[in-house]
Amino acid sequence: MNFEISKEPIDTQSIIDKVIQREAGAITTFIGTVRELTAGKKTLYLIYEAYESMAVKKLEQIGREIEERWTGAKVAISHRVGKLEITDIAVVIAVSTPHRADSYEANRYAIERIKEIVPIWKKEHWEDGEEWIGNQLETVAYPTGKPEESDLDE
Amino acid sequence: MNKVMFFAHLRDAVGEESVSVDLTGKTVAEAKAILSEQHGINLETVMTAVNEEFAGDDDVLSDGDVVAFIPPVSGG
Repeated sequence: MNFEISKEPIDTQSIIDKVIQREAGAITTFIGTVRELTAGKKTLYLIYEAYESMAVKKLEQIGREIEERWTGAKVAISHRVGKLEITDIAVVIAVSTPHRADSYEANRYAIERIKEIVPIWKKEHWEDGEEWIGNQLETVAYPTGKPEESDLDE
Repeated sequence: MNKVMFFAHLRDAVGEESVSVDLTGKTVAEAKAILSEQHGINLETVMTAVNEEFAGDDDVLSDGDVVAFIPPVSGG
């Protein structure tokens, strides 16, 4: 299970262990954490929610995309759901590759793709309210009703 | 019949995680119009998944297809 949605705190080392391979000369690990201040506003805690079965499929898709683009890459991703406090780990991405440049690039690619195609949402809770992020501002619009062709699986 | 799933602010607005509606033969765009009308929600900027894969507005739904409305995501 290299790609998973986790209801429990993520053990970073266990994600790294999944990508260990004799061919690798580098492992990069990205750890996404809950930030207290966003645009000067203080977050008390977050709730992450996922369409779990589809989210796992989309994480697997990202893994396949990386293995196609960066030869010899091995990927593991875990994303947390539920209530997270400030500094808690929301996501861990581990990528191993034969050479370090690929490992950095592929890892960056994974987090950017998560923010595009994986059905996970966060609700921010502040002292004076709460809001699902990525909704009312409608900063991301899909005029055709779907993501661009490149976002679709095969 | 079709299961239609809602997430994030859409679920809060509808008050249910899913509803059962017959959308057989309808396009995704038609399904959006029907559900918008029934629940008073705006689905214009929302993506649609059919059987856990992103679908286009012109795709036609079959009996038993699971439809999910996917608001802009905010994971990571």
